[in-house]
Amino acid sequence: MSDVMEFEGNKDNISTKAYLEEAVSQPEISSLASVASHHSAPGSQPLGTGLEARGVHAWFGKHHALADVNLDFPAGTVTALIGPSGCGKSTFLRTLNRMHEFIPGAAMAGEVLLDGKDIYEPGTDVTKIRLKVGMVFQKPNPFPSMTIAENVLSGLKLAQLKTTNKDDLLEECLHRAGLWNEVKDRLKAHGGSLSGGQQQRLCIARALAVKPEVLLMDEPCSALDPGSTLKIEETVRQLIESVIVVIVTHNMQQAARVSDYTGFFLSDGGPGQLIETAPTSEIFSRPKDPRTEAYVTGRFG
Amino acid sequence: MSTPTSVPLQSEIPPARAIILTRRLSDRVFRGVVTAGGFVSLIVLGLIALFLASRSIDIFKTFGFGFITEFKWDSGDPDNGIPPVLGIGAMLIGTIVTAVVGLVIALPVSVGMALFLEYYMPIRLKKSLTMVIDLMAAIPSVIFGLWGFFVLMPHAIYWAKLLHKYFGWIPFLDVQAPIFERSPFIAGLILSIMIIPIVTSISREVFSQVPLDRIQAAYALGATRWTMIKAVVLPFGSSGIAGGAMLGLGRAMGETVAVYLVLNLYFQPNFQVLFSAGGSVASMIVTKFGEAGQLELQGLMAAGLVLFIVTLIINFLSNMIVKRTSRTGN
Repeated sequence: MSDVMEFEGNKDNISTKAYLEEAVSQPEISSLASVASHHSAPGSQPLGTGLEARGVHAWFGKHHALADVNLDFPAGTVTALIGPSGCGKSTFLRTLNRMHEFIPGAAMAGEVLLDGKDIYEPGTDVTKIRLKVGMVFQKPNPFPSMTIAENVLSGLKLAQLKTTNKDDLLEECLHRAGLWNEVKDRLKAHGGSLSGGQQQRLCIARALAVKPEVLLMDEPCSALDPGSTLKIEETVRQLIESVIVVIVTHNMQQAARVSDYTGFFLSDGGPGQLIETAPTSEIFSRPKDPRTEAYVTGRFG
Repeated sequence: MSTPTSVPLQSEIPPARAIILTRRLSDRVFRGVVTAGGFVSLIVLGLIALFLASRSIDIFKTFGFGFITEFKWDSGDPDNGIPPVLGIGAMLIGTIVTAVVGLVIALPVSVGMALFLEYYMPIRLKKSLTMVIDLMAAIPSVIFGLWGFFVLMPHAIYWAKLLHKYFGWIPFLDVQAPIFERSPFIAGLILSIMIIPIVTSISREVFSQVPLDRIQAAYALGATRWTMIKAVVLPFGSSGIAGGAMLGLGRAMGETVAVYLVLNLYFQPNFQVLFSAGGSVASMIVTKFGEAGQLELQGLMAAGLVLFIVTLIINFLSNMIVKRTSRTGN
């Protein structure tokens, strides 16, 4: 059990003791994700040691939202996080790039290791963490005051990075997000002029422009039509050459289509837990836990 | 041939029914009270305008457009055949100069303060500091005037001298004679302190409406707080800030007593803001009111009408800008 961390400005919540007691009382269901190591994505390159969550808990004020999640995200893979609403999968995702702490009252415990280093370690430059662990949100959120090109390159400005060739980077990122052909003639148009699906791919291109090691996607297709969803899924499959993708989804077909590994989260009224994690084909064909089976066969959730 | 889905014949379409809403007595009474309240304020506004217009109609008949453009205020001497000349041109220019000086000083302070309150201040202290700033708006203006005259002016004269020494080559920071007391610069300083609360409060309001998903998008791209503010908050809030600034400008132009205490009224247009000569329509009315004759009194009413219209237009514009910002959200 590691120390409970509280974030600045949120000192008014629960005592550390209460945290620990609550955490200890949780049954140890989640198993360390000993994901099959034989599985490796085609064309994967050495990408460092990847991302690893160890004993992650999360709180919102007194509400214990997530208990003891252990999960590995190996290089060159897509991991889908599935589970019913309120099971803590989005919360977990946001602990992975320290976006969790923006919510007032948020606290966490455990460790998130990026290339072996804890991203919550005191003295860590949080902006650097978010450069390495990018994020795509549920609702497409391009910057409306910027053009398409400016949107893609906005990360460079925001993080005060320097690039030698912006045009190449722009084209490369739009290509990788599968948007280049649709926007190459109107790079000076405003981001808001695109359709919802195009906007979301613009957000992916924007996230890729800062060269992240990990890309977190929080239900990226839930606001989109099936056609756009398919395009984004294709994009995700191509991304694994260079980034680790973690995708939260409510759509089990999507999880089956895009991911190599799937983690199933569930809350039984208490904090959300990671029930099972395995290669995606196994989760959907031979789930070990009866609750996983009930969920993936559509009997609840 | 007719199918069930075809358009019905004209004769089959019933006439639209009158929808009558029967209100309860209590509702009608309350409605009457609030309607009366709403109309009273409008009527008062209208009556003020009417009163000023009726009292000053002769002035506009006599002096015409010259009343606004003329730089001279002379009630004349009928015994020696000197005709009266009344014009508030210099005062109008002076009003704008002092208000703009005030705004130039207040705007960066207010925007910085609003950003600090919204994005840097710990949440628990935010409320109390916001209240303190709002309280600043409640200080009577004569207090600002007296404080400005006795406390601020000696310091401000020193700052004015420094500004003149190092930036005197800029035309409006030059002076024709080394007299720095009661200048538009000092009046502007006082005005800036008086309008900081309103500009801060409007800017803060606009900043608090910045969509959270855009802020998070910026942070998720590795933004620091300052780069996030530059990329997201300021573009979103720019027109709101403009509206707040206009509202501040309107207040600064109507300010009377504080300016009266720290500004030397002079009936020549003066753009050298550090020099001891300025104008203010509102302060001029107060200054001349005590000893005004029949004609001059009418002139002061006319000056009041002009000020009334100008500030009304500026307030209207600023309201429009602020409203448009909050509606489009961009």
